[in-house]
Amino acid sequence: MLTYLSKRLLLALVTLVLVSFIVFLASDVLPGDVGRTILGNFATQAQVHALDVKLGLDHPLLDRYWIWVSHFVRGNWGTSYTLQVPVFGLVMRHFLNSLILGAFALVLIVPISITFGVLAATHHDRPLDRVISVTGMSMLALPEFVTGIVVLVVFSIVVHWFPVSSSVPVFSLPSIVRNLFLPALPEMVLIFGYVSRMARAGTVEALNAGYTRTAVLKGLPRHRVMMRHVLRNSLLPTITVVAVQAGYLVGSLIVVETIFNYPGIGNLIYTAATNHDQPVLQAAVFLVALVYTLSNLAADLLYAVFNPRVRLAS
Amino acid sequence: MSELRSADDVLSVSNLSISYRRRARAMRVVSDVSFSIRRGEAYGLVGESGCGKSTIAMAVMAYLADNALIDGGSIRLLGDEVIGARAADLREWRASRVAMVYQDPGSSLNPTMRVGRQLAEVYRYHDHVSWDAANASALTMFERVQFADPRTILERYPHELSGGQQQRVMIAMALAANPALLILDEPTTGLDATVEAEILDLVEELLRDIGTAALFISHNLAIVSRLCDRVGVLYAGRLVEEGPASEVLHTPHHPYSIGLLNSIPHWGATKDHLRLLPIPGDPPALGQIPSGCAFASRCAIAEDACLAAPPPLAPCSGVHSLSACLRRDDAADLAAVVAKNEAADGPAPVATPVRIGREAVVEVTDVIKRFSAHGTTLTAVSDLSLTLHRGEILGLVGESGSGKTTLARTIAGLYRADGGVVRVGDATTRSRRERASFLQMVFQNPDTALNAKFRVARLLGRSVKRLNPGLSADERQAKVLDVARSVKLQESHLDLLPGALSGGLKQRVAIGRAFTGDPTVVVLDEPASALDVSVQATILNLLVDLQREHDLAYLFISHDLSVVRYLSDRIAVMYLGELVEIGPAESVMRPPHHPYTEVLLSANAAAIAAGRARIRLRGPSPSLANPPSGCRFHTRCPRSLGELCATVAPPMQVADAGHQYRCHIEPSALATLQSLRPDAAAARDAETTTDTDATTTRSTRGHS
Amino acid sequence: MSALELSSRSRLDSRRARARATFGQLLRSASFDVGAVIVVFWIVDAIFWHALVPQDPQALNPLAALQGPTAAHWFGTDWLGRDVFSRTLAGSTSVLEIAPLATLLGIAGGTVVGLVTGYYGGAVDALVMRLVDAFLAFPLVIIAVLVLSLLGTSEITVIVLIGVIFTPVVSRTVRSVVLVERDKEYVASARLRGEGDWYIMTAEILPNVTTPIIVESTVRLGYAIFTAATLSFLSLGIQQPSPDWGLTISLGRQYLQIAPWIVLFPAVALATLVVAVNLVADSIQQVMAQ
Repeated sequence: MLTYLSKRLLLALVTLVLVSFIVFLASDVLPGDVGRTILGNFATQAQVHALDVKLGLDHPLLDRYWIWVSHFVRGNWGTSYTLQVPVFGLVMRHFLNSLILGAFALVLIVPISITFGVLAATHHDRPLDRVISVTGMSMLALPEFVTGIVVLVVFSIVVHWFPVSSSVPVFSLPSIVRNLFLPALPEMVLIFGYVSRMARAGTVEALNAGYTRTAVLKGLPRHRVMMRHVLRNSLLPTITVVAVQAGYLVGSLIVVETIFNYPGIGNLIYTAATNHDQPVLQAAVFLVALVYTLSNLAADLLYAVFNPRVRLAS
Repeated sequence: MSELRSADDVLSVSNLSISYRRRARAMRVVSDVSFSIRRGEAYGLVGESGCGKSTIAMAVMAYLADNALIDGGSIRLLGDEVIGARAADLREWRASRVAMVYQDPGSSLNPTMRVGRQLAEVYRYHDHVSWDAANASALTMFERVQFADPRTILERYPHELSGGQQQRVMIAMALAANPALLILDEPTTGLDATVEAEILDLVEELLRDIGTAALFISHNLAIVSRLCDRVGVLYAGRLVEEGPASEVLHTPHHPYSIGLLNSIPHWGATKDHLRLLPIPGDPPALGQIPSGCAFASRCAIAEDACLAAPPPLAPCSGVHSLSACLRRDDAADLAAVVAKNEAADGPAPVATPVRIGREAVVEVTDVIKRFSAHGTTLTAVSDLSLTLHRGEILGLVGESGSGKTTLARTIAGLYRADGGVVRVGDATTRSRRERASFLQMVFQNPDTALNAKFRVARLLGRSVKRLNPGLSADERQAKVLDVARSVKLQESHLDLLPGALSGGLKQRVAIGRAFTGDPTVVVLDEPASALDVSVQATILNLLVDLQREHDLAYLFISHDLSVVRYLSDRIAVMYLGELVEIGPAESVMRPPHHPYTEVLLSANAAAIAAGRARIRLRGPSPSLANPPSGCRFHTRCPRSLGELCATVAPPMQVADAGHQYRCHIEPSALATLQSLRPDAAAARDAETTTDTDATTTRSTRGHS
Repeated sequence: MSALELSSRSRLDSRRARARATFGQLLRSASFDVGAVIVVFWIVDAIFWHALVPQDPQALNPLAALQGPTAAHWFGTDWLGRDVFSRTLAGSTSVLEIAPLATLLGIAGGTVVGLVTGYYGGAVDALVMRLVDAFLAFPLVIIAVLVLSLLGTSEITVIVLIGVIFTPVVSRTVRSVVLVERDKEYVASARLRGEGDWYIMTAEILPNVTTPIIVESTVRLGYAIFTAATLSFLSLGIQQPSPDWGLTISLGRQYLQIAPWIVLFPAVALATLVVAVNLVADSIQQVMAQ
């Protein structure tokens, strides 16, 4: 278990270093002449150079990377080019908003998805399975903006149940539901697709496994076979998917937050990208990648906790 | 077979027919099978893969696959009909009336549940007792299946147990609710010979003590007849012979049963004295059962009447057996008939002098091969030296983890040795290509050894091209045909993909491929083990013929001692990566030999059937990652001297000419120790091997 | 008839029979039928929309702007008075150009990377797989936003970008199957007769991993459409005045409350296409898995 843990941690760390380097490269090298971009075509070369020096752009690449990383670790994330506010607070505020939205979607849809996935598996190749599978797959295929638009048309314009534009809810149930339900819906559609599919596949496999045959032929009651033998094994891979999805979710909010004007991290990244606001972009993108990597790590750990083969390995 | 049914029957199966539906087609896999098992009786069901034996077992458990269809018949368990029974009744009957032990214990146990709890469940839900009481019963049951430390086993997860231990857990679980019938479906297939012997001993003992009836399913007639009172032989979904175990084993009355027995080298046979008698052809493909006798196309005594309708089981004269053969009373003489036909087909066995003393074609000196994975390093082969001479067959024996395959692959050049030298060939063998034409390899599993996307012509053609660089296109074509003929493939086979060939044909293609460059050495890694028994003999005969014809040297790897003894001029034995014994085949088979060899011999099913006494191996199998100090075998050795063996690595002792073994006990002392036990078999072995007339050997064997 | 003729005929027959069996199985699956019909409809439409549209999709008619569905304009008109029905029909072209090309690129790149890393293993494999891990830590759309906002956008850029983003994903799939094939004895046998690595990878292993690659291609195609449309929606893909669905939805969004038909019809069109592609992919996956 300890070797497994340390190995996973090390891998995550290596990934993170690579991730940070990619982020740095993408936002530092790709845009080319940052000073010129910011100051526009009418600035003199001297003005551009002065800005480059001020921003530290005259240092060698690796030095700049190191400076950026060491600042980043200390929470010194720079100042937004366009908004002229400290990046740390800006990004964190948006990130928190996204977290609230993401958590709302996950908590609501994951149990439903697993239930339907398991239901499909126990009705393998029968009509109910086909309906659930095809529905799940279609949901998986739909881009968020398509579901988002349809949801908006139906719930805000046709029936007026929810506002067209969402904001961060205050801590009360009506406010949460009113502000988060619509933007969460397209996400929930996607998650349902993923999770129900995984739960179904895992359960079908477990139902066909030798140990399930053993359990049935031991004459155990059906509920005992399902709970203790089938689901205990089949939901293991599903746990991993949920954890990975949790990380992915934060990043994929970009479209939904744009549609619903929700002040989350996706919205921030999109605005920063179109405005070439490099420090904000760097920090926000890195944060998303960090969350993704950490949730992957969490998935591995969860898997280890529930799997005695890994847990007990010396 | 209604006259056989009685109130005393635990299980009675009558006129059972089952098909599988695949792509809207129905394929019959079990046809009109009837048999019954009396209280306390052990019944063996024998047949090759695809004969329907496991399907019958699953039908009895009422756990057939979704696409299986029972076309007719009845299955009565203690008088109650299983087919169409209510789910609640089935739940009640399972475990308490009928329980099952499966082929693969590893996947049959729940990986996320302690095995003690998995066993306790049976008590909890069948006897409706508290968990505490259930756990106590579980402990008692683990004691009954002879776990050395049952209390710790209770707390283990399946992956922490060895294959043999897992199978003990399965047996404990199956017997927990005192079933009237225990079904064992190939319970030892996939286990090492020594573990297999232990499990069979245990089953034998438990069946005797408890008085449970058993349905024992296996492809191995020798194993079945050891445990069972009566035996049924299945072929292509039909019962072709049924009778008392000793009768079916010794005086079979169906051409198929006879063929099965003749296909395996019996204990003590060698290639120099006896040619195996394979069953020609292949079993019919799944669902393609001919209208008449399914065996007719492979049968030496088939006549027109056999093709009309499947012959019914009928009593044979003079014995208790029933045989589904129209010429059942002529069948006993079949061996002679087949032998006559076979004689025209291949060369008669000839005694050849032991081929030692010719030049070395492979020299292995102090070779070490390590593997590292997940931070631990295993030494799969340690400091191993041996020599393979031109024209000899060296058999390499050892159980899983002994390093025999690693050694073979290192010799072949697929692995690079981490220490020592592997010298292949002579002064002319320098380049990679020269080495490739000098040494080739045949693998165990022809399914993965042949590229499934290449037609046979390309499989052979590519190899011809690579190994014979000078040839023109026409010459290559001729060579391909030549090779195909030499491994008895037909020209029409050349256009097929491997997927369209039977297992035996695939292996012939693989062998042909290895011979395209006219090699001097061929490494054979269990070349017949993945094949059905009836096909094995064809492959072994082919290998013997090719070896004689081309004066080849073979390194022949097998876990089956009978086969190795049959084929080899010399035998090498490996244990935990070390060579523990090497010498002329007959010399290694006789004391003095390494205690491990002694144990292996005593675990061999054919040897047991031939009356050898059993020696049990102590303790668990040690891990390669952490091999025992001193003599690696000392933790399990029945002859261990204690302190000395545990601390000092033993020297090689010379038993007699060319025969060495690694042990602290000197040859004379070891010979005395090893002849102390009653060993009537050894004497008889010597007797039968001197008998050069093949058919006499075979017919006298049963009565001796 | 000679033996050779006979066998070559049976060989052809067997190959045809197998192809027919596979296809027959596909046809028997209702979800494949529905999916295939829709996909074929959109492909035909993407090629021949000129012949299908009732009006020029670019024809402006400010006087008839923002009209609801009528007999003249079945799906209504947009803010410039263009016919939404015609634009919806014409809108499939861009996404059906970008997605297949991007998929092809990603599959090709991923196959090469997966073959090489899977076959050789070792340090190169470990390094490449870490890079792939790092790369996959970024949600696809975020990479696209990052790169396209910096590099500017064109159809080619979008194709290359999606192709490059898919490469590590595909390479993972290919690598995992190559890892299995590499250890099979036919590869050992090829090495024993002295074949080179390149021959083993391309001639021996590649034909044995085509099934997962085909399955992956169909799945990727669905994602490519998904991604291309999303990028258009974020104004990072196709630019005006293209009738592209994603772009139309993005621009028409501000009229949502007064003229929802502008976005609704392209949205439904896009939905049918992605769902249909996935239905086909799923059916192929199921048939191939047998």
